[in-house]
Amino acid sequence: MSWLLSFWRSSIGGKVTMAVTGLMLFGFVVVHMLGNLQFLFAEPEKINSYAKMLHDLGPLLWVARIGLLSVFALHVTTAIRLSRANRSARPVAYQRPGTVQASMASRSMVLSGFSVLGFVIYHLLHFTLEVPAITPEFEAQVKIGEEFTKNVHSMVKTSFDNWYIVSAYAVFQVILFLHLSHGMQSLAQTLGLQHKRYTPIIKLTSFGLALVIAGGNMLIALSVKLDRFLPDLGLVG
Amino acid sequence: MKVKLHIWRQSKKSTRKDFKQDGKMVCYEVDHVSPDMSFLEMLDVLNEDLIRSGEEPVAFDHDCREGICGSCGVMIDGVAHGPEKGTTTCQLHMRSFQDGAEIYIEPWRASAFPVIRDLVVDRAAFDRVVQSGAYISVNTGAPQDANAIPIPKPDADKAFDAATCIGCGACVASCKNASAMLFVGAKISHFAHLPQGKVEREQRARNLVEQMDEEGFGNCTNQYECEAVCPKEIPIRVIADMNREFLRAKAKEE
Ligand code: HEM
Ligand code: FES
Repeated sequence: MSWLLSFWRSSIGGKVTMAVTGLMLFGFVVVHMLGNLQFLFAEPEKINSYAKMLHDLGPLLWVARIGLLSVFALHVTTAIRLSRANRSARPVAYQRPGTVQASMASRSMVLSGFSVLGFVIYHLLHFTLEVPAITPEFEAQVKIGEEFTKNVHSMVKTSFDNWYIVSAYAVFQVILFLHLSHGMQSLAQTLGLQHKRYTPIIKLTSFGLALVIAGGNMLIALSVKLDRFLPDLGLVG
Repeated sequence: MKVKLHIWRQSKKSTRKDFKQDGKMVCYEVDHVSPDMSFLEMLDVLNEDLIRSGEEPVAFDHDCREGICGSCGVMIDGVAHGPEKGTTTCQLHMRSFQDGAEIYIEPWRASAFPVIRDLVVDRAAFDRVVQSGAYISVNTGAPQDANAIPIPKPDADKAFDAATCIGCGACVASCKNASAMLFVGAKISHFAHLPQGKVEREQRARNLVEQMDEEGFGNCTNQYECEAVCPKEIPIRVIADMNREFLRAKAKEE
């Protein structure tokens, strides 16, 4: 396994680690949003039975959680290693710094990344660990069919009644958008995909996908907050 | 025209421990600058003034003064080689500046490029990267017939794009992370598109990247500042080429 460690330690190995773990995290973020789109239906049963289905996975859920956590940890540790190396590669800063074409999103990757980390910790304390200081009280149980199960809908609904919490999630979506809009196109270049014809498409797609994810999540929070659902708008039957 | 310069002056060579030494920005004013002068000629005028008044002239690197050797190169208002695209400092002319302009001139900043004096940096790290395998090991012998090895035109063009590198170091200087990946990518891409380069392909990718890391250059974060300032306009495609070559070499390693 020493070859893996030496690969990770190399500059390009580190970059590729960022790209591959970033892609996996991106996959998770997409699935996470798609799952939560079920909040857009008025009936709480939709999201509650989805949550129940996930919890009923039992050991499989733990496999997924541990896998996801390791990928996340690898992304973060590699980010720390690379950004420290980058800082020491320029011991004296320019008195008059200049930028020609680097985008704002690309220049704030370390900042946006660590903000994502901070927010993910908050998000886990809020909805996964339900720390009393952070999570408002909600109706804990709901009956689906014959069984009682956790009332995820009530948990989210009571939280999002508070505009401060909705705003905090909104700010987070902007940061996530910044991180992903550069991240997605960056990972293609890192993995060696650079082509006259396809690169502009990749750039556009990564911008669009980042927008869809941030926008989708935002839509969910607002829909819950304002009690406006897709059926109200006549969008679904 | 008249310009006001802020120039980094440093009399002792940078060390790992003390990179700045006695370095600081010093302000100078230069009169009777012609818009037709090159940037380096303007510095020559400054140095003549300094010598006349018994001061130490500003040290800067230069050789061909026609944009082909890669010796010159300073940060001008935070942009490597100054404001004109695809231009070395020696090919930059004072007509690119306003009369009365205030111009900040600093040396390339990277831990792998210690400052020797004022604006002159030591770029031996590039030479060591090249020595680690940016060449083809064949006995030359008599020259071969020119068309004995057919190379498709698109491949020749790609190799040539990379081969135009003059090793000035602007890519490192402009990179927010002081990464040398455009330079090293150019060396790898240059050979990767040619049949002659195929034999030592894996070894080359491994050795060059290893040497680059050894020298303490930073890691590319795909912001493409290097491409924007490269006087030869080498595209960031060469970095993607290098990444692919390195991955391939690593995968095939035994
Ligand atoms: C939802 C979670 C996250 C996703 C989906 C994600 C996605 C990505 C992607 C796709 C990349 C591009 C990789 C490349 O350039 O090849 C990336 C880079 C990066 N990420 Fe994340 N990331 C996440 C969380 C984080 C966190 C928590 C941190 C904080 C430590 C972080 C820090 C970074 C840094 C520093 C880079 C490199 C920036 C660069 O190369 O310009 N990311 N991320
Ligand atoms: S002096 Fe030779 S390239 Fe400028």
